[in-house]
Amino acid sequence: MFDNISIQLLAGQLLIGLINGSFYAMLSMGLAIIFGLMNVVNFAHGAQYMLGAFVAWLLLNFLGINYWGALVLAPIVVALFGLVTEKLVLKPLQNLDHLYGLLATYSVALIVEGLVRQQYGSTGLPYPSPLPGGVNLGFMFMPWYRLWVVVFSLVTCLGTWLLIEHTRLGSYLRAANERPQMVEAFGINVPRMVTLTYGFGVGLAALSGVMAAPVYQVSPSMGSSVMIVIFAVVVIGGMGSIIGAVLTGYLLGFLEGLTKVFYPEAANMVVFVVMIFALIFRPNGLFAGSEKSR
Amino acid sequence: MTRIVLLAALAAAMIAAPFFVYPVLLMTVLCFVLFASSFNLLLGYAGLLCFGHAMFFGTAAYVTGWLLKTTGLSIELGILAGGLFAAAMGLVVGLVSVRRSGIQFAMITFAIAQFVYFVLLQAPFTGGEDGMQGIPRSALFGVIDLSGSLVFYYFVLGVTALMIWLFWRIVHSPFGEVLKAIRDNEARVESLGFRPERFKLLALTLSAGMAGVAGGLKATVFQFATLTDVSWNISGEVILMTLLGGIGTLTGPMVGAGVIIWLNDHLAQFGEWALISQGAILLLVIIFFRRGLVGELSALLRRRKTGR
Repeated sequence: MFDNISIQLLAGQLLIGLINGSFYAMLSMGLAIIFGLMNVVNFAHGAQYMLGAFVAWLLLNFLGINYWGALVLAPIVVALFGLVTEKLVLKPLQNLDHLYGLLATYSVALIVEGLVRQQYGSTGLPYPSPLPGGVNLGFMFMPWYRLWVVVFSLVTCLGTWLLIEHTRLGSYLRAANERPQMVEAFGINVPRMVTLTYGFGVGLAALSGVMAAPVYQVSPSMGSSVMIVIFAVVVIGGMGSIIGAVLTGYLLGFLEGLTKVFYPEAANMVVFVVMIFALIFRPNGLFAGSEKSR
Repeated sequence: MTRIVLLAALAAAMIAAPFFVYPVLLMTVLCFVLFASSFNLLLGYAGLLCFGHAMFFGTAAYVTGWLLKTTGLSIELGILAGGLFAAAMGLVVGLVSVRRSGIQFAMITFAIAQFVYFVLLQAPFTGGEDGMQGIPRSALFGVIDLSGSLVFYYFVLGVTALMIWLFWRIVHSPFGEVLKAIRDNEARVESLGFRPERFKLLALTLSAGMAGVAGGLKATVFQFATLTDVSWNISGEVILMTLLGGIGTLTGPMVGAGVIIWLNDHLAQFGEWALISQGAILLLVIIFFRRGLVGELSALLRRRKTGR
């Protein structure tokens, strides 16, 4: 069966897999950061990603601000929305069963997605590529913009990881994750840190959204469809494990691409099959780390 | 005594209802009353939040529909088969997921439900995006004709009443008591010599089977089954119904189902506003009245009683 698969097709699908994997990695990372500190599964993550793409589209079409401007502005705008959400919705629920946090963010996702769809319809809106053209690698054509997505998401993931693992701020974060009262006793404002972390995670989601706008179309359902995969990624990688989320994100993107080449019918399902096997054989996640993963 | 009077009044109201309200709307409410109760069995009594309950509901709708379409099976056997199939699914899902609790269980069931969705999207017998149409309302027991819409309403009412009675029996059995104990303090139940995982597994199987009966019933009411029945919107809707009515109260989810179906029916013409208002209601319930309509009401009544 391998003979009739051309190298172009394989390379093309692997590139798509790598692009998808980049988004999975960035989104799962944000989800893992939020979960790690707040124990809240941010179901609105997909909707916030979609909002990032929409804000970029609005900035371009109404204010004439181009992609590079949107890359900075849209995450800030959406992160502010995230801060408001945290204050109004998550704060009142923080001492309750964490399932309420999941359900509350789910409602936020429903409302946001519904409002956007009501306003702009369900069909996708096109967003022009800021880096047209590409380079011929001999066996395949590599569009510049896709190369940018791969490199920039790698840099973002690596940067965030370094920030959390190797800076003072990151050590506060990790400490607050383990023993919030103790960290507060040292004079650190943990509630404010929680709020800002949520904002940061939401900003990351919006950043991925802006990056996704030229690749996929900007549509209200783009968030919920990616959200489904992200959930599986986080379960497979081990909840709250940042590095696990990132690696699993890339891995599953690749795997999806490969499946598209060899057995296209199963491409949508492969992620979930992997998840089920991971649950049976590595119940704490492939990259299980903290005690919270149980 | 008051309970018997209330039950009799409810029964009379349900029997008279199709003369005042459009029967299909009533039957939809009944299917979702059943579906929401099955969800309540899991969340309200076992403390497990299944975020993909539509997989049992929707799959059973397809199974029942397919059996009624392709074989000469009588309607009650078709629905029963849908329920049994869903129960078997519940058992399998439980085997991978039941050792997790809380958020993990929710996320895993959510992802498995999506897997089921994609399987059904591509399975040859479901009709893919178009759905399965023309599901017949075969004769009850092979002899009683159900083609009239009023007759069919009483059939749906009968099945629902039977299942709700079963639900009531389960919840008030020793098994139900152990479930509630697990929900409140799992470690203590384990120390008493019970094995919580087995109880949860059985609860999930029963709940899935009940959701399956609801799905099979719905397939015969609308005479079609679609991917919407398996989608996570339905999984979310049943959560909303249960929370709005009141988790862990016997009647709450039923009230919730009625309110939401009624609301959907009225908001259907306003496009996206149906979903937006569902989100808004869920958010308000979660933040301001987590006991739900029935829970808050009974708390109010209790406070009055003790106040005097």
